[in-house]
Amino acid sequence: MKTIANGTDVVVNKITASTLKVKLLEMGIMEGKQLKVLFRAPFGDPIAVDVGGYILSLRKDEAELIEVEQIPSVV
Amino acid sequence: MKIALLGNPNTGKTSVFNLLTGLRQHVGNFPGITVDKKVGKIEFNDEKHELIDFPGTYSFYPRSSDEKVVHEILSDKGNELYPDMVAVVVDASNLERNLLFFSQIYDLQLPIVMILSMTDLTLKNEKQYDVNGLRKLFPEATIVESNARVRTGKARILEAFSHFKKRSSNYFLDDKILAESDIEGQEEEAEMRFRKIIRALKQIESTQEPEVSFTSKLDKILVHPIFGYLIFATILMVVFQFIYAFAAIPMDFIDGAFASLSSWTSSIMPEGIFTDLLTQGIIPGLGGIAIFIPQIALLFFFIAILEETGYLSRVVFIMDRIMRPLGLNGKSVVPLMSSVACAIPGVMAARTISDWKERMITIMVAPLMSCSARIPVYTLLIAIVIPNEIVGGVMNLQGLVLFGLYALGLVSALFVALILKWIIKTKEKGFLMLEMPSYKSPRWGNVGMTVLEKVKIFVWDAGRVILAISVILWALATYGPGNRMDQAEKLAKKQAIKQELSESESSQLVASMRLEKSYIGIMGKSIEPVIEPLGYDWKIGISLITSFAAREVFVGSMATIYAVGDDGAENLPLITKMKQAKRPDGTPIYTLAAGASLMVFFAFAMQCMSTLAVVKRETRSWKWPLIQLGYMGVLAYLGAWITFLILS
Repeated sequence: MKTIANGTDVVVNKITASTLKVKLLEMGIMEGKQLKVLFRAPFGDPIAVDVGGYILSLRKDEAELIEVEQIPSVV
Repeated sequence: MKIALLGNPNTGKTSVFNLLTGLRQHVGNFPGITVDKKVGKIEFNDEKHELIDFPGTYSFYPRSSDEKVVHEILSDKGNELYPDMVAVVVDASNLERNLLFFSQIYDLQLPIVMILSMTDLTLKNEKQYDVNGLRKLFPEATIVESNARVRTGKARILEAFSHFKKRSSNYFLDDKILAESDIEGQEEEAEMRFRKIIRALKQIESTQEPEVSFTSKLDKILVHPIFGYLIFATILMVVFQFIYAFAAIPMDFIDGAFASLSSWTSSIMPEGIFTDLLTQGIIPGLGGIAIFIPQIALLFFFIAILEETGYLSRVVFIMDRIMRPLGLNGKSVVPLMSSVACAIPGVMAARTISDWKERMITIMVAPLMSCSARIPVYTLLIAIVIPNEIVGGVMNLQGLVLFGLYALGLVSALFVALILKWIIKTKEKGFLMLEMPSYKSPRWGNVGMTVLEKVKIFVWDAGRVILAISVILWALATYGPGNRMDQAEKLAKKQAIKQELSESESSQLVASMRLEKSYIGIMGKSIEPVIEPLGYDWKIGISLITSFAAREVFVGSMATIYAVGDDGAENLPLITKMKQAKRPDGTPIYTLAAGASLMVFFAFAMQCMSTLAVVKRETRSWKWPLIQLGYMGVLAYLGAWITFLILS
């Protein structure tokens, strides 16, 4: 997810196994969940993500654990 | 009955606690961790009950050391804090994530009350929910709506407490019992809970995503790569201006009030050791505690406002990347910046850092930032050894040196942080995963409670240590071995008569000669060989020992030793005396090298017992303050020595 552009809607495909996975789950990020990449801090890190109505800031190496797929925008 | 107040962070849990208990709350410790335990008294069914505020957590399973307390106490029925009932605050505008924690607690089979908060926000966000749907989902929970931020719902919550439902083994997750000890089990459990919650919420919640909210518009500016930092810098400037402008008035008042209290007490009490202890040891010691209150109160007033509005998390967001290579965290910025006013609130503000290692590093380096107590020492020494000249056409040399000392504090703090990053080992992997709450206007009640709580913690917990050390320092300065001090006094009085000194001059001479023969005087003389390589004599030695109480005491001690009146701001007689001071061989003591060396010493040395007392309070052990005292002492000695060698 760390390479996804700001303002993109994505859906979570998979979360890489890691000690942080359970924390990500508890913050509401699980497979199939829709997220929106909102904005980034200067230097591109951390990243602010909309998780079902609240804003979560993730460091780049935390975002890296989340595999996402872009949702094609509805025209 | 004991009632535990639980909930996710940023749900308005603090507002609910303050709403229910008002001023009837007190702060204590949870065993083993650094989080404060707030206990408040509430009344219902004509009986008194205890409401215990637990730290905000996202899950029953702890992910940081401060979250452990929830799991520890709630999974141990024998624990003395094990509650008879739990109240969980749930953010109605973010049900999905909040219900994960609620469902975990629900399955503990304790009588449970759900307090739905932020119900006003759900109206604004056009996100509606159906309370009866929630009641069906958790049939054994009592559910109440409250908007604690606007102080409504107290009666409803107490009503819910008094009519709590008994549990009859209704689980949210069927036959899935809590306390999975392995991570995989916890992952699986979280996913199962979320699946059930999401399915249920489809019936309960209508999701109409708002257009562009107030929050995201503001965030375009506040985390902007240029404006974001500019705005943060401006806010800091304003805060410090306020602190310097407004803290000085009550501080002068406290100073004066304790001085008059002390002289009034000595005038009505019979002469003797007990009176001296009271008027010269205990009362000034209490004054030394009270003098910090204005700065602590003002700093936490501003920090609480920034936190309440949600802006603080944006500061963390834009500073995290910059601080991380140093072993620090975006959350270290506020403690370090506060330390420029005073390290005490700075160390106390480090509590928001959940990562243990990053928090320890922040606490350890905070006192290196140049605090306001160093200013009197710096200005005195600069006036003595730095010429008042203009260099490079526009820069005042004295101002430049003062700026250099501030820069030295900042650079050394960051450098030491970098070293500590390699030394301190930790098992936990640091993470940020910070919730950025939406912008709200601050609740003044909460701001006031925060200020009150921080002042109380400082006065009760750190104050005891400060009072003890100041009494010890007073005793060391007032007493000496045998009758040498009395002889010194007689000698001084004889000299005064011979030199035809005025009454005040003669009492200054007496004070000076008595101090020289006191235990502190002896200590100052006996450390002379150690501090001689730094360019200091025994007079400076004495002042170094006395100023362990607080840095600014250095100026007053020097005034006593040089037998001049401490006339406050200008110190002209002292500056003149110190400029004229000579060694036995006739060379001046306060050369550029010695003066600069002394300034560097004060930039680094942990000359503040109050900070040490607070570090002890915040880390719950003497280990960290002693390490801090040690490393800063070594840094000060080496820094001062090198400065002296280079300049002489």
